[in-house]
Amino acid sequence: MKRFIGFIKKEFYHIFRDKRSLFILFGMPIAQIMLFGFAITNEINNVDIAVLDHSKGATTTEIINKISASKYFSISQFINKESDIETIFKKGKVKAVLNFEKGFSKNLIKDHKATIQIITDATDPNTANTVSNYVNAILQQYQKELNKDIAITYQIVPQTRMVYNPELKSVYMFVPGVMTIILMLVSAMMTSISITREKELGTMEILLVSPIKPIQVIVGKVFPYIFLSIINATVIVLLSIFIFKMPVQGSLILLGFESVLFIITALALGILISTISATQQTAMMISLMGLMLPVILLSGFIFPISSMPLPLQIISNIIPAKWFIIIIKGIMLKGVGLQYLWKETLILIGMTIFYIGLSVKKYKIRLE
Amino acid sequence: MDNNTVIQVEGLTKMYGDFAAVDAITFDVKKGEIFGFLGANGAGKTTAMKMLIGISKPTAGKAQVAGFDVYKQAENIKKSIGYMSQKFALYDDLTVKENITFFGGIYGLSRKRIKEKIAILLEELGLEDVSDQLVGALPLGWKQKLSFSVSLIHDPKIVFLDEPTGGVDPITRRQFWEMIYKAAHQGTTVFVTTHYMDEAEYCDRVSIMVNGKIEALDTPKKLKAQFQVDNMNDVFLKLARG
Amino acid sequence: MKTILYIIQKEFKQIFRNKGMLPIIFVLPIFQLVILSNAATFEVKNIKFGYIDSDHTATSRALIEKFNASTYFNVLTDFPSEALASAAMLKGEVDVLLEIPNYFERDLQKEKQNSLGVTINAIDGAAAGVEKVYVTQIVQRFNQSIKVDLLQVSDKQIQPIAIETIPLFWYNKTLNYKTFMVPGILVLLVTMITLFLSGMNIVREKEIGTLEQINVTPIKKSQFIIGKLFPFWVIGMGLLTVGLILAKVIFNIPMIGSLPLLYLYTSIYILVILGIGLFISNFTDTQQQAMFIAWFFTVIFILMSGLFTPIESMPKWAQTLTEFNPIRYFVEVMRMVMLKGSGFKDILPQLLKTAIYAFVMNALAVWSYKKTN
Repeated sequence: MKRFIGFIKKEFYHIFRDKRSLFILFGMPIAQIMLFGFAITNEINNVDIAVLDHSKGATTTEIINKISASKYFSISQFINKESDIETIFKKGKVKAVLNFEKGFSKNLIKDHKATIQIITDATDPNTANTVSNYVNAILQQYQKELNKDIAITYQIVPQTRMVYNPELKSVYMFVPGVMTIILMLVSAMMTSISITREKELGTMEILLVSPIKPIQVIVGKVFPYIFLSIINATVIVLLSIFIFKMPVQGSLILLGFESVLFIITALALGILISTISATQQTAMMISLMGLMLPVILLSGFIFPISSMPLPLQIISNIIPAKWFIIIIKGIMLKGVGLQYLWKETLILIGMTIFYIGLSVKKYKIRLE
Repeated sequence: MDNNTVIQVEGLTKMYGDFAAVDAITFDVKKGEIFGFLGANGAGKTTAMKMLIGISKPTAGKAQVAGFDVYKQAENIKKSIGYMSQKFALYDDLTVKENITFFGGIYGLSRKRIKEKIAILLEELGLEDVSDQLVGALPLGWKQKLSFSVSLIHDPKIVFLDEPTGGVDPITRRQFWEMIYKAAHQGTTVFVTTHYMDEAEYCDRVSIMVNGKIEALDTPKKLKAQFQVDNMNDVFLKLARG
Repeated sequence: MKTILYIIQKEFKQIFRNKGMLPIIFVLPIFQLVILSNAATFEVKNIKFGYIDSDHTATSRALIEKFNASTYFNVLTDFPSEALASAAMLKGEVDVLLEIPNYFERDLQKEKQNSLGVTINAIDGAAAGVEKVYVTQIVQRFNQSIKVDLLQVSDKQIQPIAIETIPLFWYNKTLNYKTFMVPGILVLLVTMITLFLSGMNIVREKEIGTLEQINVTPIKKSQFIIGKLFPFWVIGMGLLTVGLILAKVIFNIPMIGSLPLLYLYTSIYILVILGIGLFISNFTDTQQQAMFIAWFFTVIFILMSGLFTPIESMPKWAQTLTEFNPIRYFVEVMRMVMLKGSGFKDILPQLLKTAIYAFVMNALAVWSYKKTN
């Protein structure tokens, strides 16, 4: 045991002497969460819109004013002919063009009917669709105002209540995701690299012939990273509470416990990676190339899993990050406890055991 | 500097903060000499050598190697010297032939010359059978001999060897020194660090470094006489213990 | 020049000899492009929908049937009580909950007006917004249908004013997400592979000691660096080619613009990434440090590139930061050229900025590579 503590100390020395890595280890997650928390949003804001107004009447001016008053849009230019649309779209800045038909204002007054085209650059389908819907909503509102004297019969009005995130802040969506990706990559990458590094430098052999048991070697290597990751997780949670005003509806203790569990899962994955790679280079490429995109894309961090094709929804189940994101959102935003999250928790525990079991098996085979 | 002096060093110093790793050393090396650069681990041998081969800038002092100044003409020095590092520094994932080709190539040898060199070196080293094997798979002794040959590939005026025989068996060491003699015989100056004192006996002249300073410098014979002992080991022990 | 060839030859041999790395360099990216491009969609569908029907009348059933018919909603459960419904919401089994109150039909006929309770899980704010729109649309259509069904053609009214909107989606009529994502993800893969490989490369030689052997040779800094980076440049271009072919064959992504223009841009872009990689390599002592820094910048570059989330929605300061993000330009160029057929003039700003970036990064990299310390 004494030997084991000595070994853990040695690992801590390794980490704390390397000031640069230490700085990265602590500074970068903080920088990332601050940056992303403030900057990343999938809302639509300040979209540049151009106007092609063949009619130039009082009504079109009024509509244009309404649209430019919205925080979603800014009218950036007026064009005079259809062929200009292609040109400005190709430059890429303008995302939509409003095309008022000839005599729009006159038609509206005379026939009570006029047409407007909402032409969107649909290379980005999300922006295009949302812009189209928002413009439509503004026009409908305007239409309602024009029709306010006419009583409309039978009106069912949905009273919508947005729960868990009434102000629809995208921070609530992204902070749990960023926290997950940081913990996942830091823990998995750092352990896999530090173990393969010993292998590559030949110092692993020295450790293995020493009286320390192999399991102790691994635990000893991993332990400091558990410690560091817990600090990281704590800092991230504090930032999300105090800077981003994320609520913690549920139990902070449970959140801590689940975070430690997830860190251990990620470390176990790191150990598994180290058993299958011979060089640091391979370990890094597996943890970076193999983990980064799947964690970003399949965890529900940015894209809703329920909208993915079925095979991908099934694959997403093997991504530990997916379960942890559900857990964080559950505790912080919904305020639920273990009675709702036991399934996700068990899955993470199961994954951890699976990774460790597989690592032990691989490890034994190599020694033989 | 007369025509016969290939390395001339005066007051050369390297400081790391307040610590003088190399403390104002002065010596010179003649053409064709085998110059032994002795000292305990940490005495400053490798640091001194790195300044001479132009990969570390001195803090103070003067030094000329092959007629070039270490401050301003480091790149010229590199054309005239060969270097074999303490740590094996060829590519483990290239074959014997590929390593020779690569280093020949970056020293600017022609394709034809490289081919000739490969044939000569493989024969000398007795490595013809393994010429297409990855270097990583070779025993340490063979690797060391190969590194030495590679450091001579461009026929340098001076070759710097940093503990070339570390960790190899006595027979290989013997063969290694035969290679060194052969190179010296062909006119190459050999600058070699070692802490095997029996190897010091093979050198024309040796210097002994203690704590960054050169404490003794002469032929092995004269040093033994000076300290009234029968082997270099005792010379070294007397100096190192102060 | 000949010296450079020797280095290039050596690097290629080392890359192709490393059996552990080959699949990671060549197979993994392709695999990810094919699989993960399907995951990146902001479309909101298969919404988990539940309802509490306290009215149990023809009208309430007709309304639920409308939701059932919609392709966006998976009508899941009829909850007998509010308690059960909110438990399901907490468990994440329901995202949109509709509550039809008692006497819904009766009140509607009497008052001609009524309201419905809709509860939406809004953790994903953007999705919640879309879900709200869907619900509103369905209810509005229902309003119209009861107008026809229940309204007696008694009171003749003046024709209400109607503004007809015609949405036109250019370049991507079906709003296909893959059209948008595949070029972007290809950008990421090319970037990640070239950055990680070049970032690790020189620091690796530092770590195993071979760099010292190189430094005592008379080789010029620029020769060494060009020789080292050229193979990664080739790998990057190769990856782009394979990716473009897959984009066409598997995803049927249009290639409207000029292919040579895309290659011209990419050839400069990869230089930026290699310069960054080399710069990182020069400033670190171990591969671990190098990769950690590379990872840090990659995550920032990816998430701030406009690839997944729109740049124009970011706060102004963040938008300014994205000006220094090379991935942003590549993503823009890739989408503009492939999907819209933008020409040389259209992408000139991106091209110029990238070229300047490439020059600065490589100058820094060569400057920071020291043969002497």
